[in-house]
Amino acid sequence: MAKLPEEEHPVKAFGWATRDQSGHLSPFNFSRRETGEEDVKFKVLYCGICHTDLHFIKNDFGLSIYPMVPGHEIVGEVTEVGSKVTKVKVGDRVGMGGIYGACGSCENCDNDYVAYCPKLIETYNGIDHDGTRTYGGYSDFMVANENFIVRVPDNIPLDAAAPLLCAGITVWSPLKYFGLGEPGKHIGIVGLGGLGHVAVRLAKALGSKVTVISTSPSKKNEALGHLGADSFLVSRDQDEMRAAMGTMDGIIDTVSAAHPISPLIDLLKTNGKLVIVGAPEKPPELPLFPLLLGRKAVIGSCGGGIKEMQEMIDFAAKHNITADIEVIPMDYVSTALERLEKGDVRYRFVIDIGNTLAATKP
Amino acid sequence: MAKSPEGEHPHKAFGWAARDPSGALSPFHFSRRENGDEDVTVKILYCGVCHSDLHTAKNEWGFTNYPVVPGHEIVGVATKVGNNVEKFKVGDKVGVGVLVGSCKRCEPCQQDLENYCPKVTLTYNSIGQDGTKTYGGYSDMIVVDQRYVLRFPDNLPLDAGAPLLCAGITVYSPMKYYGMTEAGKHLGVAGLGGLGHVAVKIGKAFGLKVTVISSSSKKESEAINKLGADSFLVTSDPAKMKAAMGTMDFIIDTISAVHPLLPLLSLLKMNGKLVTVGLPDKPLELPIFPLVVGRKLVGGSDIGGMKETQEMLDFCAKHNIAADIELIRMEDINTAMERLAKSDVRYRFVIDVGNSLSQ
Repeated sequence: MAKLPEEEHPVKAFGWATRDQSGHLSPFNFSRRETGEEDVKFKVLYCGICHTDLHFIKNDFGLSIYPMVPGHEIVGEVTEVGSKVTKVKVGDRVGMGGIYGACGSCENCDNDYVAYCPKLIETYNGIDHDGTRTYGGYSDFMVANENFIVRVPDNIPLDAAAPLLCAGITVWSPLKYFGLGEPGKHIGIVGLGGLGHVAVRLAKALGSKVTVISTSPSKKNEALGHLGADSFLVSRDQDEMRAAMGTMDGIIDTVSAAHPISPLIDLLKTNGKLVIVGAPEKPPELPLFPLLLGRKAVIGSCGGGIKEMQEMIDFAAKHNITADIEVIPMDYVSTALERLEKGDVRYRFVIDIGNTLAATKP
Repeated sequence: MAKSPEGEHPHKAFGWAARDPSGALSPFHFSRRENGDEDVTVKILYCGVCHSDLHTAKNEWGFTNYPVVPGHEIVGVATKVGNNVEKFKVGDKVGVGVLVGSCKRCEPCQQDLENYCPKVTLTYNSIGQDGTKTYGGYSDMIVVDQRYVLRFPDNLPLDAGAPLLCAGITVYSPMKYYGMTEAGKHLGVAGLGGLGHVAVKIGKAFGLKVTVISSSSKKESEAINKLGADSFLVTSDPAKMKAAMGTMDFIIDTISAVHPLLPLLSLLKMNGKLVTVGLPDKPLELPIFPLVVGRKLVGGSDIGGMKETQEMLDFCAKHNIAADIELIRMEDINTAMERLAKSDVRYRFVIDVGNSLSQ
């Protein structure tokens, strides 16, 4: 007979879980493994709410297993390390993203493309090596192999750094891998949400010229003034879009709702790349003439490697780049998810786990 | 008042043209320009029948300017060369492909990528630098700026080499650009027609493992035994498709009709690349999820520049690669087009212009 979540492992743990697709989360007792010789145990201080959390809670991809403890933008403080751990020590600030484990021996793992390992284990809603389910960062502590942990530099505020562990790496990886984040390049960022606003900052710091592409003219001042973008395009404005045709080396498309990609392909120069990091459910139409006549490409990207994540967070700390966040107490999470669904957040909710989770224990 | 096609230029020319979206071709009198200092006049011997010819004759893409003389896989002999032409002399075997002009000044032109020039002039159904319409290779002769004329290698057969001028470069260019030249990598070729069969041959010459992906098994034996493919995958066989999931580094998608991309994307490894070179008349659906979780790429490619086209011809000559063709007479072109629409050709029709085009 299957063990209860509380009994699966030797160490008691506590968090908030959703038991169904409703989007309603509540206190949840479960357990985690002992700290193994290669493991790092850290107490969770903050956890960002990623749009993917919402997708999985609602079973949008048809892959959800309940009860589910979401959360993969996790930062905290190390409380215990295994005997073979060299990366961090007790008291260090650390972070963890969406990757909990991988095979360690395939071509993707060897090249730090661990996000694409066919045996990837996700931080939540995944199946661990021992067959038990993984539970994410809406909880009091995490235990993970040191290979999947990054150090968070001292000079970066922990709460505002949390979203970098998913939103940050998700846009950083394609900026670097496809050569879009460098001086001389002009890139477009579609969508100004959790991913989009971090993408603007990182791309500017990497030296690219950045144009934000959005459906709402109301975000213009924010994009140019607050985030530092070079220009702003309203995607519904046909004249503006026409004037910008053939001007971009690449576009990072962060929009998670269904939208046409044909106008975005037209913005690309010859050999230009449209990189999609959002996950709209309905497949868009792919117009072939514009794709062929400019040797353009549409590419997907998902997270990034762990070395890459460390490089990104070190870069962000050096350039004082963090996310714009709204810190919330644990018991606000269901409301936060409702607001996230409506895009009502500038730009990421971060749960103050360290100060508010314990009080919710029944 | 606009001049008639016959009166536009000083040299009388004769070919076959389509006059309306029925796509039916029939004899057509027109004219070609004087051979200028940069020009080469080509007496046309053979012209391949590309699926683009059919798309254009029937206005399937919506921009045909009738009457249209199709044909952009042209092989012939130089009969006149302009004063500034040094690359060619009278009597040389030459080829003309999909383009006959470009601006020569923009960044793509400067990078030998004339095919991506925003002002490119296509061999037919296009407006030339002089403002007149271009007419293609289903005709007796053509006058072309030397920059857009290819040297036709001696050891390539003139008739079977003609399809390389479009089909050949169309698959060769993305194979080079996307790195499909590393021996040992696995290439899938979707669709086994004019483009597909040449992709198999070139892929094997690059040292790749090649799997043909097709909707039916009827071409299987030929693909393996005659074309040299390593394996053959039928998309309607779920067990075989499942076994092949995540095994291909690249796919060249040559299918000219609307088709689902999801099954093809599932065949790619992580970081795999699907390059589409066919031009169905309607957009395809792009499944996003497999792209995102696999960092997969769907890219387009459109023929190649002149330098690369010459490189491709020389490569094919070196490796004895030519198309598998069915030679037809000019007057059989309409029947050939009907058969092409049903993919009933192994694998390219080539018109024996030199021996069958008569007024």
